[in-house]
Amino acid sequence: MSRSCRARFVLALLAATCISACKRNDDGRTTVRFWAFGREGEEVRALVPEFERRNPDLHVEVEQVPWIAAHEKILTAYVGDALPDAAQMGNTWIPEMAALSALAPLKARIARSKSFDRGDSFAGVWDSNEVGGELWGAPWYVDTRVIYYRTDLIEEAHAPWPPKSWDEWRTAMERVRALSPDHFAILLPIDEWAQVMTLGLQRGAPLLKDGGRRGHFDEPQFRAALAFYTGLFRDGLAPPLDQSGVANLFQQFAEGYFAMFISGPWNLTEMERRLPPEMQTRWATAPMPPPEAGGEYPGTSLAGGASLVVFRGAQQPEGAWRWIEYLSEPAQQAEFFRRAGDLPSRRSAWKVTGLADDPRAAAFLTQLAQVSPAPKVPEWEQIGARLAVATEQVVRGARTADSALAALDADADRILEKRRFLLDRAARLRATERHR
Amino acid sequence: MSAPRTVGGSSAEARAAWWLLSPALLAIGLFFAVPLVAALFLSLTDFDLYGIADLGTVRFVGLGNYTDLLADPRFWRAVKNTLVFAILGGPLTIVAALFGAVLVDSKLARWKGFFRTVYYAPVVTTLVAAAVVWRAFLHPTFGPVNRILSAVGIPGVDWLGNPRWATLAIVSLSVWRTFGYCLVIFVAGLQSIPTSLYEAARLEGAGTWRLTMDITLPLLKPTTFFVAVITSVGLFQIFAEPYVITRGGPLEATTSLALMMYEQGFRWWSLGRAAAIAFLLFVLILAASAIQLAIRRLRPEEG
Repeated sequence: MSRSCRARFVLALLAATCISACKRNDDGRTTVRFWAFGREGEEVRALVPEFERRNPDLHVEVEQVPWIAAHEKILTAYVGDALPDAAQMGNTWIPEMAALSALAPLKARIARSKSFDRGDSFAGVWDSNEVGGELWGAPWYVDTRVIYYRTDLIEEAHAPWPPKSWDEWRTAMERVRALSPDHFAILLPIDEWAQVMTLGLQRGAPLLKDGGRRGHFDEPQFRAALAFYTGLFRDGLAPPLDQSGVANLFQQFAEGYFAMFISGPWNLTEMERRLPPEMQTRWATAPMPPPEAGGEYPGTSLAGGASLVVFRGAQQPEGAWRWIEYLSEPAQQAEFFRRAGDLPSRRSAWKVTGLADDPRAAAFLTQLAQVSPAPKVPEWEQIGARLAVATEQVVRGARTADSALAALDADADRILEKRRFLLDRAARLRATERHR
Repeated sequence: MSAPRTVGGSSAEARAAWWLLSPALLAIGLFFAVPLVAALFLSLTDFDLYGIADLGTVRFVGLGNYTDLLADPRFWRAVKNTLVFAILGGPLTIVAALFGAVLVDSKLARWKGFFRTVYYAPVVTTLVAAAVVWRAFLHPTFGPVNRILSAVGIPGVDWLGNPRWATLAIVSLSVWRTFGYCLVIFVAGLQSIPTSLYEAARLEGAGTWRLTMDITLPLLKPTTFFVAVITSVGLFQIFAEPYVITRGGPLEATTSLALMMYEQGFRWWSLGRAAAIAFLLFVLILAASAIQLAIRRLRPEEG
């Protein structure tokens, strides 16, 4: 972005915040400002009238922010003191926002509220909202990643399915690969860190050590995960493509260029929409396999989704909280699923909507019982990007696994330097206070 | 305008001039000088995400960002990538633009306006849209480029997956995108060469080759210099092409300095480090422009 362009952007932002901040309600109702991203921002508006009917003193103003600009806009608004009262928040961003102390703690409120029932939800997803013993968000909708696959190709290859261990999974891939010389078994975009990290989590790899102060990739568990992952490329089961190299996921999947890929629930509706009609009976989903045969099924996958947060500087924290409570009720969760297609964070909403009986969604329901978040340090995205580079180096043969992992640990240590400094400084301060 | 009549009048004129200049000076000061100084200061700190939350966490690190960068192989990798872009892309752009300009300007050429528009069109297309098309063209299995290559018996390559080819792909996109602009400037330069020179030379029996080498190229030298500086400054700052096409990959082979700066600053919010990269990039561009100027000064009789 050029200098003048940036200046204009800031001015536009200032103007926008002024307009929204200066707006007053004439009818005496209190306005709660809520940001939601992308399609969710559009669909959640439909839930507002019922909320306002039940809470005559409140008015909810939903502002829709494009997903691609969301992270930057929240940070800019935070710096410019222009955050709304509440917002949707990708749960991988929560550690970062908590480190910024941009969020209001919700643990006590959630414990008191009748609208929440953690037994009716998914433990791994709740875990992703917890940083330093405090809850910073309430799960709104959930996602995780499972295997999408071509049922016809799996059948034709007589592959063991669904796989119950990495060995079985690999056997399935080898048999599918043997069907045709110029088709692959699985698509794993080489510049994504989520899959290789998930495999690491499955083996119980810690990824970081010393309370998130240092990288810890160069250890047996993660090395095993990396070896399995890179072996899929080395043995020609996965094409070494990055995300931009996949011209059209749906078309290539339909052509059988690959028989499996790993993705989240957003592709359930996309596949129904984009695959040709004759393909519709030939695809399904399966949970991730565990590493060892006889291990707990399914194997761990990534805990994703979006949460609802109240900002620390909210002008209407009470109103914002009531709005979040309302959105968390099973009935609203079900309604939101019908509109936006996002998977509800309440099991009871899965039953009400019939989602629990949909075989393709069922893989997600099974998987959600076994999910785990990425390491909860604000620097994780940056470390993840280095993880993707290290993996790519091994896949393309530019580095051995040993040297790539050692370099990755060094990278992680460098990235976490500031965090170490701050944590140690805080610990020193606490120690001197105790001393006094 | 007549010469100033009195000393007082001149100072009044000077005052008026300052008044008239003040809006521009204010804008330059506010939007150029202040950010520049602020960025310089920023580059001496470790301002980052934590700093946004609490200024108390920001440390003054002196030249720490600079020494870290100079010791970081990834920084040198980005410098190397940037130099490769500039060294490959610069001459290619100039040669392509000059060649195109001579063709478009030729007396034999028809529909000159049409061709000028066609060659200029990439300059005004949206880069993102063009990049999507290029990416589809270069797809290893479905892209027409590889299909054409294999049709004539040449095995296709993984254009965006192989570090070397990806560099070439980015350079090609950049040349394609900017040569139209240089072409228009060259056409203007060509048209300013008096036809009488060519006529006189032809009478003396000079062929096309002699005409090009002894009249066209020498007289185009100022234009060429301008185009060379503009192109190389542009290539040193190359950002959008790798950002949209390869995101800096594969294996960081297309991560330019500007892209690295963006990633550090606006993806990871290491603003101190990003500011330091900006200043190092500035030094690099300054050095490159100085070298070009020195080359031109070395041979003043031709310039």
